[in-house]
Amino acid sequence: MRHIISILMENEPGALSRVVGLFSQRNFNIESLNVAPTEDETLSRLTVTTVGDDRVIEQITKHLNKLIDVVKLVDLTEGNHIERELMLVKVKALGTQRDEVKRTADIFRAQVVDVTPSVYTVQITGDAGKLDAFLQAMAAIGVLEVARTGVSGISRGDKVLGL
Amino acid sequence: MELLSGADMIARFLKDEGVEYIYGYPGGAALHIYDALFRQDDVKHILVRHEQAATHAADGYARASGKPGTVLVTSGPGATNAVTGIATAYMDSIPMVVLCGQVASHLIGEDAFQETDIIGVTRPIVKHSFSIRHPSEIPMVLKKAYYLAASGRPGPVVVDIPKDMTAPTERYEYVYPKKVKLRSYNPVTRGHTGQIKKAVELMLKARRPVFYTGGGVITGNACEGLADLVQRLGYPITTTLMGIGAYPQSDRQSLGWLGMHGSYESNMAMHHADLIVAIGARFDDRVTNNTSKFCPTAKIVHVDIDPSSISKTVRADVPIVGPAGSVINEMISLVQGREPANPEALAEWWEKIDGWREERRGKLYEPAEASEPLKPQQVIETVCRLTRGEAFVTTDVGQHQMFAAQYYKFDKPHRFITSGGLGTMGFGFPAAMGIKQSYPDDDVVCITGEGSFQMMMQELSTCKQFGIGVKIVNLNNGSLGMVRQWQDLNYKSRHAHSYMESLPDFQKLIEAYGFTAIKVERHEDLEPALERAFADKTELVFLDIYVDPREHVYPMQVPLGAMRDMLLSKTERT
Ligand SMILES: Cc1ncc(C[n+]2csc(CCOP(=O)(O)OP(=O)(O)O)c2C)c(N)n1
Ligand SMILES: [Mg+2]
Repeated sequence: MRHIISILMENEPGALSRVVGLFSQRNFNIESLNVAPTEDETLSRLTVTTVGDDRVIEQITKHLNKLIDVVKLVDLTEGNHIERELMLVKVKALGTQRDEVKRTADIFRAQVVDVTPSVYTVQITGDAGKLDAFLQAMAAIGVLEVARTGVSGISRGDKVLGL
Repeated sequence: MELLSGADMIARFLKDEGVEYIYGYPGGAALHIYDALFRQDDVKHILVRHEQAATHAADGYARASGKPGTVLVTSGPGATNAVTGIATAYMDSIPMVVLCGQVASHLIGEDAFQETDIIGVTRPIVKHSFSIRHPSEIPMVLKKAYYLAASGRPGPVVVDIPKDMTAPTERYEYVYPKKVKLRSYNPVTRGHTGQIKKAVELMLKARRPVFYTGGGVITGNACEGLADLVQRLGYPITTTLMGIGAYPQSDRQSLGWLGMHGSYESNMAMHHADLIVAIGARFDDRVTNNTSKFCPTAKIVHVDIDPSSISKTVRADVPIVGPAGSVINEMISLVQGREPANPEALAEWWEKIDGWREERRGKLYEPAEASEPLKPQQVIETVCRLTRGEAFVTTDVGQHQMFAAQYYKFDKPHRFITSGGLGTMGFGFPAAMGIKQSYPDDDVVCITGEGSFQMMMQELSTCKQFGIGVKIVNLNNGSLGMVRQWQDLNYKSRHAHSYMESLPDFQKLIEAYGFTAIKVERHEDLEPALERAFADKTELVFLDIYVDPREHVYPMQVPLGAMRDMLLSKTERT
């Protein structure tokens, strides 16, 4: 099963490489990963999506917790949560394609953020499934380049992941 | 207020931290630190002849004393030479701090002379690592390094020190940090009481229980408590290779150690048990054999300080995260005044175990005729007898290691010192050096093979310089015996590169360093030679003992089988 694990860790050089190293060292799977500082500049938040059965996920969270730089973590998929990813896509936009790209983008609530005579650059946010669907819809027209941030997430409700 | 250079801070910190010995080897990036060491007398530096030996010596010291070992090496090749020893310590959870010189900060990343990203190289084999970014950080970073190395589940910590951080011209305030706190690191101090209660109920109800305990009991200083608990209940106990000595092996309740070359009765008892109480052990593949056939009828209680060790390879029914000592004490207080619920079943269980013991008595190996070469097993038995079972015994890796574990009987913890997790040939001799320095009045014996000894024999020179009187028992079978055994069993005796042609004349080699070596080939020479070697505690003596090269280590678990599936000799199996 797919899990989204959100990690608060010390904003120290080398911390990220320990997390990434752990996954390759122990043969765990990374589907996507993103990281950035939080409102507290001593902390970074890292979100990793991974796939594995319960035993593997238990090992992943235990080993992550064991890293000295990891302050706290949560498996967001264990509860209600919000999951978002941002994607920038360059698609071919010539003649009638220009309208079709725009229309499809509207349906997906995506925005065209850059325009040339032959290319549209579209920005779209949503969960990973929505982004996949958009790419599929664009496939026939011609996707030229894709940049995805990877999944980020947060739990619903009052619960917070903090110090 | 005291102003010190980074290098002087390191020397001062080590003194304030109570570090007695540093094992190390100098080089450009570490020279400011060496100069600081030169100007003080509190911390003794032992100059090894290869950085790997420094790590093993510090490791041996740590295993015997329970205190973290300290290593100092230079950047680049100095640091990479230390890698095998760091990995060895990591696999066996040994507290160690490795101080590595590094090229100056402004050169990092430029492929400077003797630059290696040692933090990167060692990342998967350390508990944690630090890079010094400002000299003023040195006292706190070192404090954290020692704290992390020794607390929780111990392990090696690497500190990378760019040369400019130790420059003599830059001075900063030095205060020894008495306390350290890390918001992201809080090792557990006790187990969950509800879980411990559950475990104790299972223990009291058990019909065929076995304690299975590992190195964590020794690291956690929990041996006395363990003996108390085990004796109150009257249950059998087996230990891992790393756990040898945690419970007296001469006691009736001890089944010896378990696993690939463990005792017949241990492996049989584990397989047939209805309850396994694992404490400070990690269900390693050399213990469990095939996990899908592991102990089919047993419920499992697993106590460990490291949550990631629990349910890693074998699912625990009652997981307890906590230090062995406090969990055992809590178990004792819950057991107090209560009796096991099934005395008849337990009596039957003991009968069964005694039956297994009896089956193997006198059949462990075939004694040699006087005209035949000595058996390695008989050599170890003699060493054990002549040292009254009280020596510190280090080993290398191979058949001699397994024979040492099987035939030397240990009643005390911290005495059997071996590379269990990584299985590092070359470990034994430098580890023995590290121990002997701290325990000059004890017998420290390195049981080795001619293959392993040659991996670290340059340390004879260190022993000469510092007058380190270890005894080296070389079980010379003229081959990489353990490799040969596997080739006999799995490759139709095709001995690909497992022989040792052109061995040195060990006697001459040892004498070249000014030490005594005794060659033993005949049965009647064994005891006199050992007596001569152990007569004096200060002198290094090397015993080159020719043993039967055809001998195999048994029992040996059958690959992919259950615990009980064992070869018992070249012709018998369970
Ligand atoms: C550094 C290292 N290299 C290779 C091995 C693989 N290995 C395990 S046992 C062994 C043979 C050891 O020979 P020796 O020291 O003579 O001991 P014996 O088995 O003959 O008693 C080897 C090569 C190892 N454990 N460590
Ligand atoms: Mg050999």
